[in-house]
Amino acid sequence: MSAPVSTPMPFAVIAEFHTPADVMHAAEQVRDAGYRRWDVHTPYPVHGLDAAMGLKNSMVGWFTFLGGVTGFSTGMLMIWYMNGFDYRIVVGGKPLFSPMFPFPVSYELTILFASFATLFGMLFLNRLPKLYHPILKSRRFTSGATHDKFFIVIETADPKYSASETRKLLEAAGSKHIEIVED
Amino acid sequence: MSASAEKLSVQVAPPPVELERQPLVLNKRSLAWISDHIAGIAEGKTPTWWWPAFLISASVMLMMFTMIAYLISTGVGVWGLNQPAAWAWDITNFVFWIGIGHAGTLISAILFLLRQKWRTSINRSAEAMTLFAVVCAGTFPVVHVGRIWFALYPGYLIPFPNSNVIWPQFRSPLLWDVFAVSTYGTVSLLFWYTGLVPDLATMRDRAKTKIRKFLYGFFALGWTGSNRHWSNYEKAYLLLAGLSTPLVLSVHSVVSFDFAVSVVPGWHTTIFPPYFVAGAIFSGFGMVLSLLIPLRTLCHLEDVITTRHVELMCKVILATGSMVGYAYGMEFFIAWYGGNPYELYAFKNRAFGPYWWAYWSMITCNVISPHLFWSKKIRTNMLLVWIIAGFVNVGMWFERFVIIVTSIHRDYLPSSWGYFRPTYVDVLTFVGSFGLFCTLFLLFMRFLPVIAIAEVKGVTPQADPHHPLGGAGGHH
Repeated sequence: MSAPVSTPMPFAVIAEFHTPADVMHAAEQVRDAGYRRWDVHTPYPVHGLDAAMGLKNSMVGWFTFLGGVTGFSTGMLMIWYMNGFDYRIVVGGKPLFSPMFPFPVSYELTILFASFATLFGMLFLNRLPKLYHPILKSRRFTSGATHDKFFIVIETADPKYSASETRKLLEAAGSKHIEIVED
Repeated sequence: MSASAEKLSVQVAPPPVELERQPLVLNKRSLAWISDHIAGIAEGKTPTWWWPAFLISASVMLMMFTMIAYLISTGVGVWGLNQPAAWAWDITNFVFWIGIGHAGTLISAILFLLRQKWRTSINRSAEAMTLFAVVCAGTFPVVHVGRIWFALYPGYLIPFPNSNVIWPQFRSPLLWDVFAVSTYGTVSLLFWYTGLVPDLATMRDRAKTKIRKFLYGFFALGWTGSNRHWSNYEKAYLLLAGLSTPLVLSVHSVVSFDFAVSVVPGWHTTIFPPYFVAGAIFSGFGMVLSLLIPLRTLCHLEDVITTRHVELMCKVILATGSMVGYAYGMEFFIAWYGGNPYELYAFKNRAFGPYWWAYWSMITCNVISPHLFWSKKIRTNMLLVWIIAGFVNVGMWFERFVIIVTSIHRDYLPSSWGYFRPTYVDVLTFVGSFGLFCTLFLLFMRFLPVIAIAEVKGVTPQADPHHPLGGAGGHH
């Protein structure tokens, strides 16, 4: 593939902060300024940041619930099919199928399927795995975001983005270092 | 501020010294220190003690594989199992190892739901211990049939269609056990991996070589610490903890059904599920302490795994040890009160029959030794704690041996009485399983962060945006 020779497009502006309190106050300002395509990157989950960013409650629970329901029905159906339909064995004169004896296995399968659904649901909602992300090209970002620094990233694709205004907002919010990351 | 204003404002006195909690990370360590120090264990030069430890563990592990190869090539006759004790050594080891795993899940799931923040320093290694213990446990039921290829196909363990068109019989607790243990292993792995993702991203961003960058990067799935991601991640973590809690309680309950659902005197008791779960947590914490006390010294983790952490684990051992002691007493009481002569005989035989030595070893290790932890002096002496934790491990192995072997070595008719003796193959296979366990743990600590870096950062005072420290500070 021949790469077209052109100047790389700016992807986002990233602003570094040194404390969780600073980044939280800055996030509140970015939220109130009405940005949509932006994010805060922190080395650990900072409590209260969801509200500061205006995020809604996560939807992962629905995946868990559906996974659990699937698991329980799979267990019950499998055991009914195997022991009550396809190859009937009478054990101790007990009924060929009842909701009791398949319960332990169905219970385990509920948990098994729900756990898979939780993990994969979380990855789906986060659009992971993602093996390339432009901000990982910034040395400043990679040496801080998973270590001890806090970053606000505002994408240039945001309708409110303006090279001067956005930078001004982040500077006023107390950022220690601002840089542009290219796509 | 004027004098009158000072009078009006509310004065909050600091809590009295005796009520102040010891911090979870000592010496006011900074966020940077936490990732540098913990990631450093897996990044730095291999410590000198690691190689001898690894070589010994790997040799012991090879011994286990040799014994298994001998078993499979020759037949199950190389073990000491025979009538009447057709279940003895291998299932004892299986229950022992599965029980060890329970502490890991208790720490990662139940303590998480109970908001016990001290769990963050120990959950990663305890969960790794769970996984490796499940690997050791799983070995025994798979190899005990001799011809192991039948375990999968034609499917006496996992329901696969086979040439005789017969399905497994789902009324049997043994089949419940297959599902319980395999679900347990799988969900523990998922939970452990979910917790690892942010730390793998830390490792990726710190990696110096291409291959490390690629491997950590691959398994970190492109994690960037985005708060939109953290929001889903934390919910998923909470849900996994919520799923693992009923799971861990069910696994050892189902293991106990293997015995309790039968009609063998000494096994057929309703106290088994809670008693097995308490015993599992008891033994698991014993193993966690056996691993973490050397680890914290060798890797200089005293600021993260503090004396307070060790003390709290000792208290869990004390609580669960007391439950186990109560269960031993209650079993005897019911054996007498139930009025079933066979039941009473089984218990008398347990304590005073030919296996009296196993019974009293169990009582000494499990009922007496944990009560030493009432003393704060003992709880804070690392060497003593390590020794007592060893006693707990030994005692819990004996407990399973006592329950299993003493209940079946004398059948109803004296003509079917016997005395089970393990062969050298039995003994070396069990000893070898410790080699497998230690090898896996040593590899884990060389390649992955032994402590959940992101979670420990989250429990430091400067991590809280509302803390007066304002998020700054900490010593490097």
